[in-house]
Amino acid sequence: MKELTVISGKGGTGKTSITAAFASLAKNAVLADCDVDAADLHLILKPVIKKTTGFHGLEIAYIDFEKCTKCKKCIKYCRFDAIDENINIIKESCEGCGVCEYICPSKAITMKDRDSGLVYSSETRFGPMAHAMLKTAEEASGKLITIVRENAKKIAEDKNKDLIIIDGPPGIGCPVISSITGVNLVLIVTEPTLSAIHDLKRITSVANHFQIPAVICINKYDINNQNTNDIVNYCKEQGLEIVGKIPYNKNFTQAMIEEKNIIEFSKDETTEELTRMWTKILAFIEDK
Amino acid sequence: MIISVASGKGGTGKTTVATNLALTLKNTQFIDSDVEEPNANIFLKSQITDTEEIQVEIPDINEEKCDYCGKCSDFCKYNALAVVPNKVLVFPELCHSCGGCELVCPNQAIGCKSRTIGKIEHGKINDIDFYNGILKIGEIQAVPLIKALKKKIQPNKNVIIDAPPGTSCPVIESINTSDYCILVTEPTPFGLHDLKLAVEVVRHLNIPFGVIINRDGTGYRQVETFCSHEKIPILAKIPDKKQIAELYSKGIPFTEELTEWHEKFIEIFNQIKKEI
Repeated sequence: MKELTVISGKGGTGKTSITAAFASLAKNAVLADCDVDAADLHLILKPVIKKTTGFHGLEIAYIDFEKCTKCKKCIKYCRFDAIDENINIIKESCEGCGVCEYICPSKAITMKDRDSGLVYSSETRFGPMAHAMLKTAEEASGKLITIVRENAKKIAEDKNKDLIIIDGPPGIGCPVISSITGVNLVLIVTEPTLSAIHDLKRITSVANHFQIPAVICINKYDINNQNTNDIVNYCKEQGLEIVGKIPYNKNFTQAMIEEKNIIEFSKDETTEELTRMWTKILAFIEDK
Repeated sequence: MIISVASGKGGTGKTTVATNLALTLKNTQFIDSDVEEPNANIFLKSQITDTEEIQVEIPDINEEKCDYCGKCSDFCKYNALAVVPNKVLVFPELCHSCGGCELVCPNQAIGCKSRTIGKIEHGKINDIDFYNGILKIGEIQAVPLIKALKKKIQPNKNVIIDAPPGTSCPVIESINTSDYCILVTEPTPFGLHDLKLAVEVVRHLNIPFGVIINRDGTGYRQVETFCSHEKIPILAKIPDKKQIAELYSKGIPFTEELTEWHEKFIEIFNQIKKEI
């Protein structure tokens, strides 16, 4: 079983629209949405949820005020400023380390599980999908991503699927690293803007750092030819293959509004290029 | 006064709004807290005058005192320590610097040492005092770097924070001390869905907020319907114009050419002042 993750560094370059198009093009795949912070893939794939499980991220400290003597030792030892002057736990700041529980002389603090989100196994018109929902202001998205990926693998084994297509988050930190560690290939979706080029260089360094093979897609390649040339030259220098150059196309948005991917919505130069790109990506994955 | 610019969905125009707003104001401090992918200085072009490395503390094991009892690895909730026969392994990237291992060690065999996770750059451009956090490649944790960045805030200035995308820890750390939050969205189903998530976050944090709709003109009306239904002020609508997209692609703040937007950003700022 192989895994492909679609990432970008910069947000809004078209990761999810392109992943949704792959859902039509892939023959035997499981889709996984690992952008658990702001998951959007389900808006196009319209999954029917078959199974839901709870997700407990980090633990959180609870204070028993009957036992608490207000010695404030916990405040002193907490490195996350997660306990205020009145000895209330600041939920958004607590990282669940357990130091306060350990240090409390009157055993007034206990660490408890927090309900951080939900993990889903679903069916879509394109095949199975693994996704999740992180509750408002909850942390540990990296851990949740790992669980979504494990879930996707389990589904793939059960249903005899040979590929997992992962829609990744933006950025280069914890959620991205959780989404790409150990995958066979990452597709980096960029666009010819100075911001996206800056971010492309950083995300490429991350892929190199973890020794994950990467290929590049330039989305909206025709909005700035000079910048597109710069991306092409950068990729040459880095030995990165550009597997697709997608033109600026308003159909992406119109398809999204109709809850379709662009392959379902229209047939033109863009969808032909996406199809060619998918063939190239498959060849790369077969190789890895 | 601290105004943060956030979005939920990436690529909706946070940096566009934050930089153009900053360029309109006086006595401004700009904090780019998207430390994973900082882009604001592409537009502001401030000259970086000083750089500061940001460090976190990680355990330093004194092998002479350690008897490999395993209490530190049992305590660590982040799996940052593993005790194998006659060796303690430390995984620095997983460590949250809570100090728990040092506390539980019965032999005082654990001290601490510093580890660099990124840097803060500081510069000036016109009337803007500029700060930028840059997370080191391969580093997991953005939050300690954002915390260090926030220590630079001078609330007597007009502080603009350019937040990262998403809705989890780095976003919350970036915006939780703001007086006002501008949520930038686009009129698409993805934009609306992620706007709703961002609204939940700012409401949860009790921060007054308003919305700017970027790339207005797709024909998708639901974002405006949602805002009016939820009584959320729409501060501005930036049109879907090729000229704006081109300027963005070149790293040019669009108010430099569409000068009528100077006035508009001043109005936005005045409206925000009224609301807090």
